[in-house]
Amino acid sequence: MLRVADLTASYGEAQVLQGVSLDVAAGEVVTLVGRNGAGKTTLLRCLMGLHRPGSGRIELDGRDITKLPPHKRCALGLGYVPDDRGIYSTLTVEENLTLPPRTGPDAWSLAQVYETFPVLRERRKQAGTHLSGGEQQMLSVARVLRMGARLLLADEPTEGLAPILVQQIGEIIRTVKEHGVTVLLIEQNIHFAATVADRHHLIAQGRVVESLDNAEVARREHELLEYLGI
Amino acid sequence: MELVLQLFNGLVSGSFYALLALGLSVIFGMLGVVNFAHGAFYMLGAVGAFVLLDTVGLSWWLALVVVPVVLGLVGMVFERLLVARLVRLDPLYNFLLTFGIALILQDVVRLRYGVQSQPYSRPELLDGQVNLGLFVYPKYQVFVLVFSVVVSVLVWLVLTKTRVGMIVRASTERPELTRALGIDVRRWVTPVFGFGIALAGLAGVLAAPMRAVNSGMGGDLIITIFAVVVIGGLGSVFGSVAAGYLVGMLSAVGNLYASAFSQSLVFVLMALVLLLRPAGLFGREEGVRA
Repeated sequence: MLRVADLTASYGEAQVLQGVSLDVAAGEVVTLVGRNGAGKTTLLRCLMGLHRPGSGRIELDGRDITKLPPHKRCALGLGYVPDDRGIYSTLTVEENLTLPPRTGPDAWSLAQVYETFPVLRERRKQAGTHLSGGEQQMLSVARVLRMGARLLLADEPTEGLAPILVQQIGEIIRTVKEHGVTVLLIEQNIHFAATVADRHHLIAQGRVVESLDNAEVARREHELLEYLGI
Repeated sequence: MELVLQLFNGLVSGSFYALLALGLSVIFGMLGVVNFAHGAFYMLGAVGAFVLLDTVGLSWWLALVVVPVVLGLVGMVFERLLVARLVRLDPLYNFLLTFGIALILQDVVRLRYGVQSQPYSRPELLDGQVNLGLFVYPKYQVFVLVFSVVVSVLVWLVLTKTRVGMIVRASTERPELTRALGIDVRRWVTPVFGFGIALAGLAGVLAAPMRAVNSGMGGDLIITIFAVVVIGGLGSVFGSVAAGYLVGMLSAVGNLYASAFSQSLVFVLMALVLLLRPAGLFGREEGVRA
């Protein structure tokens, strides 16, 4: 579904991505694992069209989208969950949900969203940022489901959440997967990553250095934890 | 009694502050551009009404519709052609651009009409006085106040209740994120800019029958308007309107008790607000962009 080939990107003088190549197949949940500063967020921003890559190619369903502006990528089925959750304080919870245009035939209805995440219905009239951290994360994911995104790009949705909420996010991601949505997920917590994802890409110094499946992650857990510095 | 009358005078001059600050604020929110040419477009509104009356005999009522629409279109062209090219650079570039445009517009009008004021009489229907119970007041001034309140409320309703308003609010708060959520923010920037300019033109047409119509009328006002927008909270639409009426009343009351200081009172208030609530009276810290 998604193919990235030799993607490079820099911020000013600093080259952050040194030629990233990876594939994500339809229906898969794939994580990007790596230390802070390895280039994961920059990669996601390039995929979304928010950062201009230096060279390389991004394909969605075989179509070159490297130069498309963000809103056109959304129209092709990308959905973005940014690292800070991206909840608007000047919009109510419901407005946060309905802001993005519907882009796919599988777009969730509001009723469907509220049935899956009842707390959002209770708080639909409140300002988006009045929700707790976990609820904001829920809102951020629910928003791209309501868009009808086919490929969800999520930038560390579990960051800073209590363990119980991390579990909840895990459930949400499994729900998303059951609905046939493909997920590319940044994740530092490899325990958690192994419970929700099919495959893992290890990113270091702006490159994909290894691709692992869940069995390998379990086998090499100590080595990986040490490597990630956790 | 005198105080009530002055407060009412303040609300009337505040009507102009509110309409101008509203446009300035919407433009700043959506583009991050401080439009120094806003006062010049206000002046063009008044001069435009005068020129249309003088040349083709267009009535004030028609000017109230035609002039803002035309200026709004001019504003859209101005944004597309010039402002949009500089928007990605340091904000100082658009500062200089709009400042330069303001000077050019002023001088073009001065070249044709000189510095003296042009006469513009009140529309017949609004001529005369009306008894407001506490005092008798010119009809026209009452109309200006009511009209500006209605326009402000309509803009507020559009911003809070419609999908367009939701997109404008979202783009004001987080432009990049809004693009990443599938909205073509750039498509909305030009109309919003044009709309802000149209509001300035509207204020100008309203001003023509009660203020001196000349090339310098915008330059005198724009500094006060900047203070109003800062007091209300940069980018806060509700704040700029409320601060507009507030500053109007403050200057009028200042005029009554300390006329020597009435001009500087607004800047004293601005300094106080900046010291105590840097985001403005109605601005939210997170809603303010650098």
